[in-house]
Amino acid sequence: MSRVNYDEPLFEVKDLCQYFPVGRRHRLKAVDHVSFTIYKGETLGLVGESGCGKSTTGRCMVKLYKPTAGQVLFKGRDVFALNAEEEKRFHKEVQMIFQNPHSSLNPRQTVKDIIGYGMKLHGLCTDANMDEKVVEMLHRVGLNRDHMSRFPHEFSGGQKQRIGIARALAVEPEFVVCDEPISALDVSIQAQVLNMLRELQKEMGLTYLFIAHDLSVVKYISDRIVVMYLGTMVEFAEAEEIYANPLHPYTQVLLSSIPVADPRAVREKKRIVVKGEVPSPIDPPDACRFAERCPHATEACRKSAPPLREVKPGHFVACHAVE
Amino acid sequence: MAENKAENILEISHLEFSFRTYGGVVKSVRDVSFNLRQGEILGIVGESGCGKSVTCSCILKLNPEPPGFFGKDSSIKYKGEEIVTKTNREMRRIRGAEIGFIFQDPMTSLNPTMTVGKQIEEVFVGRGVTGAEAKRRALEILTLVGINEPERRYKQYPHELSGGMKQRVVIAIAMVAKPSIIIADEPTTSLDVTIEAQILDLLKELRDKIGTSIILITHDLGVIAKMCDRVLVMYGGRIAERGTVDQIFYETAHPYTAGLMRSIATLDTAKDEKLVPIDGTPPDLFAPPPGCPFAARCEYAMKVCYERPPKETQLAPEHRCCCWLLHEKAPKVDLRRGRGEGQA
Repeated sequence: MSRVNYDEPLFEVKDLCQYFPVGRRHRLKAVDHVSFTIYKGETLGLVGESGCGKSTTGRCMVKLYKPTAGQVLFKGRDVFALNAEEEKRFHKEVQMIFQNPHSSLNPRQTVKDIIGYGMKLHGLCTDANMDEKVVEMLHRVGLNRDHMSRFPHEFSGGQKQRIGIARALAVEPEFVVCDEPISALDVSIQAQVLNMLRELQKEMGLTYLFIAHDLSVVKYISDRIVVMYLGTMVEFAEAEEIYANPLHPYTQVLLSSIPVADPRAVREKKRIVVKGEVPSPIDPPDACRFAERCPHATEACRKSAPPLREVKPGHFVACHAVE
Repeated sequence: MAENKAENILEISHLEFSFRTYGGVVKSVRDVSFNLRQGEILGIVGESGCGKSVTCSCILKLNPEPPGFFGKDSSIKYKGEEIVTKTNREMRRIRGAEIGFIFQDPMTSLNPTMTVGKQIEEVFVGRGVTGAEAKRRALEILTLVGINEPERRYKQYPHELSGGMKQRVVIAIAMVAKPSIIIADEPTTSLDVTIEAQILDLLKELRDKIGTSIILITHDLGVIAKMCDRVLVMYGGRIAERGTVDQIFYETAHPYTAGLMRSIATLDTAKDEKLVPIDGTPPDLFAPPPGCPFAARCEYAMKVCYERPPKETQLAPEHRCCCWLLHEKAPKVDLRRGRGEGQA
């Protein structure tokens, strides 16, 4: 993909840890030593099941949480050591699209206020030309001038999500965290929003962190993919590579569990069945987190956590069993 | 697979169900007819608001009446018995014992103040099963749905269980009386993929063991492909297309079904390929369009589509479709265009 500039890292996440205290004695390790780099213009997919820490990672990056340990660098600057002015600039350049469009828009604000407020705050428009700018933004996401004075409850789910996207893009950001932007939408609407995100990326030169649990969607939209399990990274590679050649047993299970919309393929496909459920992230043992459910687990897997290592150029995996 | 000769356990004809609201009457289900056969898995697929859940709640009369009401020609026959005219008291005999229901969200469909065991045994209340016998059957069903340590789980409360485990309990409640039909309303939508695969396998296994017929409501075509024998595609309160799973996927006849399939990203979708969304939004059921409900979003819509509802055309045994394009005077179109073979 030529639009990605692999010489220019935009975001660097280094050894990010986010622990939450549970009672006095326990800690929930939501994100545990996660590191990756996002380059300008690319889409990085982050997949995993609920509770694997994918949203927490995204939220740390936009400073919604203060991480327990580790660094997040945006254009080489530590985002947790910015002065007031840099801070404001950071929040203009980094935006977020939320999962549930029904709860992420203020029900008491009109669409104009929702979209225009950020622009005004960052001096991108004046009171005089705010209407004009908001309409321009609405056109971009497929809505029009009539929608400007309405309230969120007057819209369908797909339209609300468009408003959420317009709000995020109104301040001309460089980087957008899309946290499950389509999972609350109907199937026929999902494609509309997905196409729109891709077009806007091309037009505005955006970089995305795309968080989702639906692997087919992530594969479609991402350049590279991080697979997470219980707070740790298990595999990291280019999208095509992960699908063609999944190395971690968990990635293989995840891929084989996707219901395929093709009855003939379903009958032929061999499925890897995994027993049990995701264990608790509270005080996890110092071992491979997937060991309990892994069909290939050995003694070594239960004794020490495998480090993430590069097994092929650009393909990282954290597993003792992989050569 | 296809059990053509199998008897119909449920016959629904001209089902209409509407709700009176302050905004007017919402016609949720409009003239829906279908049969369910012994031992089959029938899938109902459609978007939110297409009437799939209301249709299935009608079978157990779970929709509140008022504000809801049946249309005058509606008929639901379970083993020859008319359901529509039954009183609530009579329905109690059928719910749970004859027809079980698996709800979408296991987090909210279990009673948080009752132990798992008590909730399962509740199915037997007033049905002449003694305490010890009820417990024995509850433990038996817990084992059958794949719960480890049933004795311990029996005494636990729902909050002590994980999502997948709760859904297993919900399935256990639906199965414990060995009903002849199970209605599963989006049973896996709120679960993770690896757990979803486990639950779907479980449902299929139970069907094979006990021979229950299952109506599976979902919006996920992947789940349909994996599970179902026959499929109904619903749109705007009507059945758009019906057929065996192979007919629906490989001999798609309705533009809406084709649109659904083109709009989903699969693992084989190439990066540079654009998804083809269905433009627009589903129809307003307060004032449903007089013609085909899909006409406003259909790229092949003709004048007649807006004016008169299409009749159902029989295309093959089992395969029927409601679309004016199948009329002898209509232009021939290739619905597969846009993905794969049809692309120029």
